Amino acid sequence: MDEYMLLLRHEDGSKIASPEQMQVWMKQTMDWIGTISAKGKFVKGTGLLFEGSKVVRWHGVVTDGPFGEIKETLGGQMIVKADSFEEAVEFAKGCPVLQGEGNSVEVRKIAKDDGVH
Amino acid sequence: MKDYLLVFRADFSLMPNRTPEEMQAMSKRWMDWIGSIAAQNKLAGVGNRLEGTGRVLKGDSTITNGPYAEIKESIGGYSIVKADSYEAAIELAKGCPILKQGGNVEVREISEN
Amino acid sequence: MELIPHLFRTEYRKIIAVLCKRFGFDEIETAEDIASDTFMSATQTWGLQGIPEHPVAWLYTVAKNKARNFLHRQATFNNKVIPETALRENASTLPEYEIDLSPQNIIDSQLQMMFAICHPSIAPEAQIGLSLRILCGFGIEEIADAFLTKKETINKRLYRAKEKLREENIPIALPGMAEIDDRLAIVLATLYLLFSEGYYSISNNRTVRKELCFEAMRLCYMLVENKHTNKPPVNALLSLMCFHASRFEARLNRNGEMILYEEQDTTLWDADLISKGGYFLNQSATGTQLSRYHLEAAIAYWNTQKDDTKEKWENILQLYNQLLQIEYAPIAALNRTFALSKANGKEEAIIEAEKLNLTNNHFYYTLLGELYTGIDNTKAKQHFEKALSLAKTLTDKQTIEKKIDKI
Repeated sequence: MDEYMLLLRHEDGSKIASPEQMQVWMKQTMDWIGTISAKGKFVKGTGLLFEGSKVVRWHGVVTDGPFGEIKETLGGQMIVKADSFEEAVEFAKGCPVLQGEGNSVEVRKIAKDDGVH
Repeated sequence: MKDYLLVFRADFSLMPNRTPEEMQAMSKRWMDWIGSIAAQNKLAGVGNRLEGTGRVLKGDSTITNGPYAEIKESIGGYSIVKADSYEAAIELAKGCPILKQGGNVEVREISEN
Repeated sequence: MELIPHLFRTEYRKIIAVLCKRFGFDEIETAEDIASDTFMSATQTWGLQGIPEHPVAWLYTVAKNKARNFLHRQATFNNKVIPETALRENASTLPEYEIDLSPQNIIDSQLQMMFAICHPSIAPEAQIGLSLRILCGFGIEEIADAFLTKKETINKRLYRAKEKLREENIPIALPGMAEIDDRLAIVLATLYLLFSEGYYSISNNRTVRKELCFEAMRLCYMLVENKHTNKPPVNALLSLMCFHASRFEARLNRNGEMILYEEQDTTLWDADLISKGGYFLNQSATGTQLSRYHLEAAIAYWNTQKDDTKEKWENILQLYNQLLQIEYAPIAALNRTFALSKANGKEEAIIEAEKLNLTNNHFYYTLLGELYTGIDNTKAKQHFEKALSLAKTLTDKQTIEKKIDKI
């Protein structure tokens, strides 16, 4: 069993969303995680806040951001256990973020500290 | 629509002393009458009631206790109403309670300027 | 209400008032964006990590951080070059970027916003829209629902109103002592409209209607709580709203249709609100100022007395007589004539009613029909039929039909 990281990217939806819609999204996220947890495949998940974010660049230059450089925001990440990329992708497919046009979930296998990977 | 001044006059010296109940009833008649004009959206200014006492100044700088002693009637108050014509203004004035107390209402069109 | 809509309703308006006050109207959209983004962040993070122990504190922290970043970025842009210190220290924690979301500052900011929004240069309709959005945290959809109009219309209306706030450079501050009474009158007029919008609206969305009423009461209560704005007319208006709101449950049936006063189930009247109405009416009875709200509150008080006494109708009649002198309104003229029929008799009331000449108003003919009932039933019927032809809503038509059947 390997661990996979799901990176949730979304465009800014706050302008169109009503509080009721937000409530629905939150519940869907919770239910989605519930489904993965029920299979014993959920490791952890966190939201990633945008504010105060910094980009550290080459030569140690630190800037605020990233602002205006990218269209999509990294809004959250979670780690699941899966036997294969296919299974991890199946989990990702249920992510409510994907309901928004242009949004995406990036699936990355986490390297094991076993000297092989 | 023009504005008309209604001036209420009566010989108040002839008015009998009233019991509180009669005063209350009189006040109600005035209120109902003004309310009636206001309900027709024809009240331009509720005006004022005037006290019975006053002073009169004359050109020879004499001052007398007034109002005019030589005429018995004095002004008890005034209101301003809106009406299309003298006839309509008079129609409004007809309900004035002072008419039932032996008084009269003078109706005067207010000039626009 | 579910968690996020609930928090949105209670916290959005606080965040936005504080941020607007801090940024000024030039950045009102930024303030709105930050407040909305805060809820969006909550949606994502709480979905993934669960609801925090103190959701409100969480929202405030995130909003503060977002605001600080904005201020910092703005300062950076304004100075063109990033100051040395900002590079060395973490600039966004500098005290000048601190956002004060303390309870006192929240209330102060909301009150100041109330006066800014209810400014004489803003059209009344726009004042209500802005109030709902900024002071009450209503969504665009809810506002559209309350006004029975499209979201686009509301968006346009709000956009224009915000432009106006900027153009006129309206300060976000309480007016000085010299002008407080005049400015307060405008605020009260808007709260009164807001309340009426909920109370008399033809929207069938009962929840939204009720919330409009309670929001108007909440804002009015904020004015009562502040010593500069706790004036007699404010108490009178709050009293009036309490008395009216006490009948909220009794005056609408399950389909949201009106139940006439005479047919209301008095056990559904809210005794608590009636007693609150009485309390604020007493509080309003200081000073010499007699506002229309005083008169309307007193009328509303008498309407909480269901018994048809002579005293009740005589008082109501005199109150309407005074109210009409302050401000004419057709509905007040009709109600005055109804009270007159109860206090002075139908004959006098018929003469008075015929002088009103409100020939486009179905209530006018309904009133005439009522007055003629039992005196001249043929005429009564004619008037009711005329009323029926003018009535627009189904409920109004049904009410009139019932009256015709009774004759």
